Parts: sequence; C-alpha cells; structure tokens
Amino acid sequence: MAAIELRGLTKVYPGGVKALDSLDLTVPDGEFFALLGPSGCGKTTLLRTIAGLETATGGAVVIGDRDVTGVQPGGRDIAMVFQDYALFPHMDVTDNIAYPLRIKKVAKAARRDKAAEVAARLGLEHLMDRRPGQLSGGQQQRVALARVMATQAQAFLFDEPLSNLDARLRLEARTFLKKLQRELGVTTVFVTHDQAEALAMADRMAVMEAGHIRQIGTPAEVFQRPANTFVAGFIGSTPMNLLDGTVRGDTLDVAGFEVSVPVSAEGRLSDGEKIVYGVRPEYLAYSAEPAKGALSGRVVIVENLGASHLVTLDANDVTVQAVVPEGSEPAIGDTGHAVPRRDRALVYRDGELV
Amino acid sequence: MTRFVLGRIGFYTLIAVLLAFFTIPLLWLVTAPFTSDPTYEVTVPDFTLDNFRAVAEHPYALPSLYNSLVLSVGTAVLVVILAALAAYALSRVRLPGRDALLYALLLLSSIITGTAAMVPLFQLAVELNLIDSQLGLILILTGGLLPAAIFMLKDFMDSTPKSYEESARVFGATPLQIVRHVVVPLVRPGLATIAVWAVANVWGNFLMPYLLLSDVEKQPAAVITYTLYTEGGQANLSMLSTFGLLYSIPVVLMYLFVSKKYGFRFHGGIKR
Repeated sequence: MAAIELRGLTKVYPGGVKALDSLDLTVPDGEFFALLGPSGCGKTTLLRTIAGLETATGGAVVIGDRDVTGVQPGGRDIAMVFQDYALFPHMDVTDNIAYPLRIKKVAKAARRDKAAEVAARLGLEHLMDRRPGQLSGGQQQRVALARVMATQAQAFLFDEPLSNLDARLRLEARTFLKKLQRELGVTTVFVTHDQAEALAMADRMAVMEAGHIRQIGTPAEVFQRPANTFVAGFIGSTPMNLLDGTVRGDTLDVAGFEVSVPVSAEGRLSDGEKIVYGVRPEYLAYSAEPAKGALSGRVVIVENLGASHLVTLDANDVTVQAVVPEGSEPAIGDTGHAVPRRDRALVYRDGELV
Repeated sequence: MTRFVLGRIGFYTLIAVLLAFFTIPLLWLVTAPFTSDPTYEVTVPDFTLDNFRAVAEHPYALPSLYNSLVLSVGTAVLVVILAALAAYALSRVRLPGRDALLYALLLLSSIITGTAAMVPLFQLAVELNLIDSQLGLILILTGGLLPAAIFMLKDFMDSTPKSYEESARVFGATPLQIVRHVVVPLVRPGLATIAVWAVANVWGNFLMPYLLLSDVEKQPAAVITYTLYTEGGQANLSMLSTFGLLYSIPVVLMYLFVSKKYGFRFHGGIKR
C-alpha cells in the first residue's frame, strides 16, 4: 500500500499537444480517487503516465516513497485494469489471473492456488477453465479485477472500469467495486467521464479540463461548491443553472429579477459588479404562486425524472431549470416561480467561485 | 418465361464449361497415374501400380521430393521468424518514413521478380560461394519472400489491440516475454498463413533451384519434373502424371491440416 504523488507532471505529445500541464496531485494511501473529465481532457494520459505506459515530459511520479518517473511500468509495483480489460484470449481464466505471478516466477502450483483463492473471492470459481470469449461482460470485468488483485501491487489503476458494461450492470458493478476497494484498502485511481460514477464511488476526485485539474475535493465538496463554472456545468445529472447577473446594492439582478445574495457570497461583492449566478435545479423551490426573490417565467418543457420532474422555465428569455417533486408538476404554458435556496446558491466572478 | 428458361440454360451451360475447364486436368492427374499407358485423355484407369514402381526406381525422383521438403520448410521457418520480428517492430514502433519504406520494399520485390534478378543473384551466389548449396538457395528464396511476408504480417499485428501487450508490460513482462506469451499466440493464425504461403511458394518454384543448383542430387521436385522424358525425347506421361500426383499431395495435406488447426481466430478478452 502506498500513496501516489505527482509533482509538476507535464506530458507533451510529439507534435506539441500538451496533454498534461504541470499537475500537482497527492492521493493518500488507501484512497479511492477519481479522475473525471470530458473526453480529451488528459485524464487517461494522466493514468497512463502514472502507470509508466507514457513517459512524462517533465515533473515526477512518486509511488510510496520512491520516485518512479524513469522506471518501467513493470518496476513500479502497480497494477492496471484496462478499459477493454485486455484479458489474454488464448489463456483460460486461471492462467489469466495467474499471469502476473508467472512473470514473477512463482511456482505453478502456488500460482494456481493463488488464482483460485482470488477467483473464489470474486465468485468466479466455476469459470476457471473458460476462455475470456466464453464469459459475459461482467464476468470479464471480474476476471480483470482478480488478475489485478493477484499482483498484490501497491496501487491499482482503473481506466474507465465500468464503461463497457450495460447500464443496469453498471450500477451493480459500481457498488461492488466500491465495496471491494474498501475491503482491500489498496490505493486506487480510476478514470471516468461519467460524473455520477465519480460522485458515487470516489473518496476524493479531481475534475480535469484540457490538461489542467480544475478542482480537487470530496464528491460532496465538488457537488455543493464547484470551484469554477466549468466544474459547475460538468457535475450533476441535471446541469446547474448558470445565469448572468449584476450586483445591485444588497441584492442581485439576475435576468431582470431581484434575487438575494447567497450566504456564501455575503459581504464579498461590490455594487455594479458583473457576476454569474449559479444554482442547481434541485435547490430551486418551485411554486405556482408568485414569491419574493423568485425567478419567474412560462413553463416550456417538463421532463419526467421518475420520482421528480425537471421543469424548464423561460424567464425573460433566460432558461431556468428547476426540479419539482412528483405530483406537483405544472403543465406546459403555466407560469411558474422558482426561489433559489440562499444557502446553496453560488456566485462566480470571472468564472471562479466567490 | 421461355426467355427466362433459355437464360438459365445458357447460364448453367457456361458454368459447366468453366467447371470442366478446371476439373478435367485435375481428373487427369488423379486417373493417369493408375493407367498403364496414359495419354492426354481422361480415361477410366485400370488401377495398375507400375507407374509408382517406376517412379520409385527413378534415381532422383523420390530424393527430389525430400529436397523440396528441406528447401520449403527451411525457407518457411526463416521467413516466419524474421518476418514476425520485423513486422512486430514495424507495427509497434513509430519510425519516420515507415510506411514509405514498407511500400518501397513491396513494390521493388514485386517488380524485380525472379527473371529480372536472375543474373545479379547468380553472380552474388558465386561471389559468396553459395552456388550449388541448399543453404544458399534457402537464403535467396527467403530474401525474395520476406517483403511480402512482412507486409502481410504487419497488417495482422496492426489489427491486434495494443492493450494486451501494455497489460503484460504493467505486470512486468520483458519485451521477449511479451512476444512469447502474448503476441505469438495472438497472431498464430497469421504465422500459420505465412508459413503455408512460403512452403507453397518454394514448393512450386522452378527458376531459382534450376539456376543455383547444378548437382542433380540436390534438385527439388519442381526441377526433376522437367527431366522426365522418354528415351525418344517425348514427355513421359506415365512418369509425369505419377510424379505430379506425389508432388501435389503434400501441399494439399498441408493446407487441410493447417486450415483445420488454425482456421479459426480467438475471440474475446477485449471488450468492444
């Protein structure tokens, strides 16, 4: 078990594309850490650089207390699950799981015992003689996990571990993976483009954009207080309302409505300043009756989210979305009023949280 | 309706003629060896084995089949090993001008065929003291087949996902272990294809052995076939057909064996 530390890590691809721009990051021992970002943001490059499959252009990778920047992947004492699992198709499940031990020259009998032990833990014992081609997607994923567990490495790296599973299976695998990581206690870094996955599984997460880390924090921190408008727009299954506004004395003018200053920004704004007002649809109290400090407008669209509805309002030509509990959803064409929660709304100045 | 029927009849007649064109020589090859005095006609054989006895008694016929085997297997082994290593490197390492190099190799090797390269190759063999040597011939045949073999195998390797190798690398496998444990098993059908192709190529090659081997005891079957005449200078049809049959059987058997053993691809392991 070991912590992973990145110091000023930079990766420039031949041709001048800067995939990672001087990243600093520490993942403490035993943590389940998510790298989240849209495709092309450098999150997979970062993972591959930690693994040693890409060489860093600058900076250092430290695993445990050892600087492994110049060390080959095999010498870093890490193990990786690939997005496509990369199980060897010509080997059966036993040989696949035991492969890392074969490289370490462990005797054949000991190898088989270890493979059987790990496989039993993941409920694979009845599949030991099958080839990967004869396994379902979920089973293949568990074999890939078993192979990684058999290495007894200091840290695990998962590249989009759930993206190849069916939607239904993905939720199951999410719970399973989190439980497994908790039991093993091995430092684990995983890459995902799905914010819900990162929020659900990670102890802490980093949100990346264009080779930079835009925010590091626990899922609760990142969800409740996104550090900038990029993270605010990226996190959350219903995107945050980000509305242009102006400070008017003790209140805010947002799309022509008078809105009170959020708790977090109190006393930090100056009169006449241009800001972006951010509030999640979940933190807007919707009502059909006019209310003080509300954003009001005509209901344009109502989307069913199951236990709630997402209502889109046209508030003076600005789109505002609010989540309404089931049973009280309005009809299209109604006039609605949405009051933001003062303790949850946020104010951004020049894209950064105030 | 009649037009349709006539059209169908015409179509099938054409197919039948085409089929006969390709089938009759094969039928002749199967029947003539068992006929006492074969002509160019396909006849019902009288099932004599005299022709086979004659071939067995011919001083160079059977040894020449062995020579063919030595030459083709030797070449195939060399081609597969060298092409696999070269193709793997070319597929995985990004070199500037790599594709240009490959296409130039392929183009040159297909333009400068045996006939055009005959004289320089002969001179080269003389200078290197490799004339009249089976090893020298194997080296020259290998050189001729390598560009196309590398090209085909590189295509095969390109289609194998890199994550298999990367996965082995992260577990600490050395490059040679990766090749042995992962790459070779994955591209085995490709290697088998190249091996069969190389064997068939050398087995049927007439010009190079004819040119570079003067000792009749070292000549392969393709060259010996050329010497099967009667005393009168006529083609010895009974010997030719019998020897021809013996000459073709190993290649056919090899195709059947390899297609049964490697005529499948592994699936799975990479989730798409």
